[in-house]
Amino acid sequence: MINADLVMYEDEFEKIDGELKKLCQQANAKITFLVDKNGQLIASAGDTHDIDTTALASLTAGNIAATGGIARLLGEKEFSILFHEGEKDNIHISIIAQRVILVIIYDQRSSLGLVRLRVKKTSEILTGIFEDMIRKAEEEKDSGLNESPFAEISDEDIDNLFR
Amino acid sequence: MSFINYSSREINCKIVYYGPGLCGKTTNLQFIFKRTNPNQKGKLISLATETERTLFFDFLPLALGDIKGFKVRFHLYTVPGQVFYAASRKLILKGVDGVVFVSDSQIERMEANIESLEDLKINLAEQGYDLDRLPFIIQHNKRDLPNVAPISEMNNILNTNGVPWFEAIATQGTGVFETLKNIGKQVLIELKKSY
Repeated sequence: MINADLVMYEDEFEKIDGELKKLCQQANAKITFLVDKNGQLIASAGDTHDIDTTALASLTAGNIAATGGIARLLGEKEFSILFHEGEKDNIHISIIAQRVILVIIYDQRSSLGLVRLRVKKTSEILTGIFEDMIRKAEEEKDSGLNESPFAEISDEDIDNLFR
Repeated sequence: MSFINYSSREINCKIVYYGPGLCGKTTNLQFIFKRTNPNQKGKLISLATETERTLFFDFLPLALGDIKGFKVRFHLYTVPGQVFYAASRKLILKGVDGVVFVSDSQIERMEANIESLEDLKINLAEQGYDLDRLPFIIQHNKRDLPNVAPISEMNNILNTNGVPWFEAIATQGTGVFETLKNIGKQVLIELKKSY
């Protein structure tokens, strides 16, 4: 299940997006975002204009992967929470449903305690959403009713991309 | 493991450049970065040591265009080639959609090539992948150097399954985009098959 393609549809995206916005507000954070463990950005909320979220996503996943490697060396399953403190900004990273990474960037207007409290609540909701999403993707794949646009990709489409 | 987002209409695929130390993986990405339209690329992130050896990975996101209304993005990664970074290399293969093996054509590096290819197979297997079933190509790099092994010998030793291969001089860009195009195509064809 962990190795399945991640497929996200409109309604799940909206739910996730809504949760991230709510978390950003309630935790008094600057930015909240969600990354696939492979480094792909899923959704983000808050003041992301000046930030390269693609790079941030990839580095966060690298960070989690490296920490996970350390955890396994020590006989831990994973370190589910990481926290980095800076002069102005701090970053709180946690793993959700064992496959996605929730990141919160905040400054002195918030606190670690508040962030942790809000993250806990959001994590539970997001876990539910992702479990539904994976189940749905599997069901559709099994039923063969998946009307994926990719089934109709022609060699010409692919060639055009690389012209 | 590609990520398909119906909401933002994007497909994201991960391609990893693998190979022995100093074979030119980072050079491939640097050339692609240099020659790509600014609106098609993100920042090239390099986690390197002070002597510019890759410590963890290089990362370059590319947005090539649309297929059936979906934005196609390739995330290119390199691994650290040096033998003692084995643990890091393993991590980067997570969720890979396609692999480019960059070999160093110099005769004295043949053993390092073989060792790295074996390492790739082992690390993929640990993540539950089989190299024979993954989009995979080989780039024989550094063809401009004087002491290179003949291309037939390179293929005999490294390309026993007869996967697509390219000759390259990554410092000059020769073969770099040909390699990228081929692996990109293979990844998309694989994606098409799985639906």
